[in-house]
Amino acid sequence: MVEVLTGTFTVKAGHAQMLKGGVIMDVVNAEQAKIAAEAGAVAVMALERVPADIRADGGVARMTDPQIICDIMDAVSIPVMAKVRIGHFVEAQILESIGIDYIDESEVLTPADETHHVWKHDFKVPFVCGCRNLGEALRRISEGAAMIRTKGEAGTGDVVEAVRHMRTVQDAIRKLQNMPEDELVVEARDMQVSLELLTKTKELGRMPVVNFAAGGVATPADAALMMQLGADGVFVGSGIFKSGDPASRAHAIVQSVTHYQDSAILAEVSKNLGEPMVGISAKSIPDEDLLATRSQ
Amino acid sequence: MTTKLTGKGQRSELEVGVLAVQGDFAEHISVLRKLGVDVREVRLPEHLDSLNGLIIPGGESTTLSRLMTLYNLREPLQKMAADGRAVWGTCAGMIMLSQEITENDPIPLGIMDIGVQRNAFGRQVDSFEQQLSINGLDGDPFHAIFIRAPVIIRVGKDVEVLAALDDNRPVAVKQGNLMATSFHPELTNDYRFHSYFLDLAHRKSLGNGSS
Repeated sequence: MVEVLTGTFTVKAGHAQMLKGGVIMDVVNAEQAKIAAEAGAVAVMALERVPADIRADGGVARMTDPQIICDIMDAVSIPVMAKVRIGHFVEAQILESIGIDYIDESEVLTPADETHHVWKHDFKVPFVCGCRNLGEALRRISEGAAMIRTKGEAGTGDVVEAVRHMRTVQDAIRKLQNMPEDELVVEARDMQVSLELLTKTKELGRMPVVNFAAGGVATPADAALMMQLGADGVFVGSGIFKSGDPASRAHAIVQSVTHYQDSAILAEVSKNLGEPMVGISAKSIPDEDLLATRSQ
Repeated sequence: MTTKLTGKGQRSELEVGVLAVQGDFAEHISVLRKLGVDVREVRLPEHLDSLNGLIIPGGESTTLSRLMTLYNLREPLQKMAADGRAVWGTCAGMIMLSQEITENDPIPLGIMDIGVQRNAFGRQVDSFEQQLSINGLDGDPFHAIFIRAPVIIRVGKDVEVLAALDDNRPVAVKQGNLMATSFHPELTNDYRFHSYFLDLAHRKSLGNGSS
């Protein structure tokens, strides 16, 4: 018999590679999941509340009721993701046991551990984690994350933080590519990452796993902007189902990610989409209410 | 009769395309460039003009299906295959090449005479990798990576099975100028499948595509 290996880093990171050039959409029920799949989403993120509502409601935000997630998994054939609190490895164990396809260890939920993230190598299910810069991304990868996304500022409909985080990551990679070998040790120490992972990133000239944009994407132009800045794909949270015409907007954002360099197509798909989500300027949010600063 | 996969074809002056509407097209492009051919990203029908071959990559088949319909790629892809130009689908690409699948969605292109079951092994936690013997492939077994992978459940009479799992379910097939694999050679450093695809593309460029 041939040895069959499951849950390896290759199949975990490989799944994220299949999502590239695609849009992952937040949904709160089976009906929304079907709209997302019909529009061409590559995966859905199953939630009890979208980030805009989590932000508005306040209180402690936790893992979604597994029944809601199971209903969504039954409704669509595309991969289903769900969020756990940072460091809450039991929420992750629960999601793995119901057969979730990807876990987002997310700053959008209230962190369960202010020091440690989940040790993701212990799981067969792959994890995606947020980052604001290359150091955060590489620390999450060393804990076992098989996919990275920018944190942005979720639930705002303001893309400014996602742009900041994507540019910060890309800047750090460009700097790394021009860095002489003998400066790498100090750089690794400053970033609190292993020299091995930093060297690998330098050699690849990119993040060693797939890197999506997330947090504040609300329009086809926002999605294409993130793609042109170097994102491998896009998460859209509140931006779709908090807008006036979710099905049309979802469909338009899917096309904008495929044709992100074709301004004529971007113009066409941006027409007649109805009201975008209302949005709040990320700058107007007091520091203590920012989600992106919840972990390092 | 098993086709010999030599991968020895001339690469110069070949230009092949990779369908780039969604999925791991960059991984395929990277391998093809290392093998020394010109590669074009295909998102619109006019991008297919004068290509010697095309790869449909892994990705989400329902997404690929919708974008192919929306941007009128179906008919030109079917014509390309009928012309005898080389076409290879990996994972979602195999689903799209098939004649029929076990569900209503996505709608396959009907290019290869095979029937396919999507997500045949379960969910992501059941994704796996293993060594696989490939008929006609010289050297060591191939390291095959299966991610939410489909399998072939019906094989037409002109279709040659290149590889099957221990339970005999086919996971790599060839039909003339067409090839499909459930797994992802583009995620490995083993370029034997890509070399073979370039042989198919080269054969057509010499004018004897219907092998």
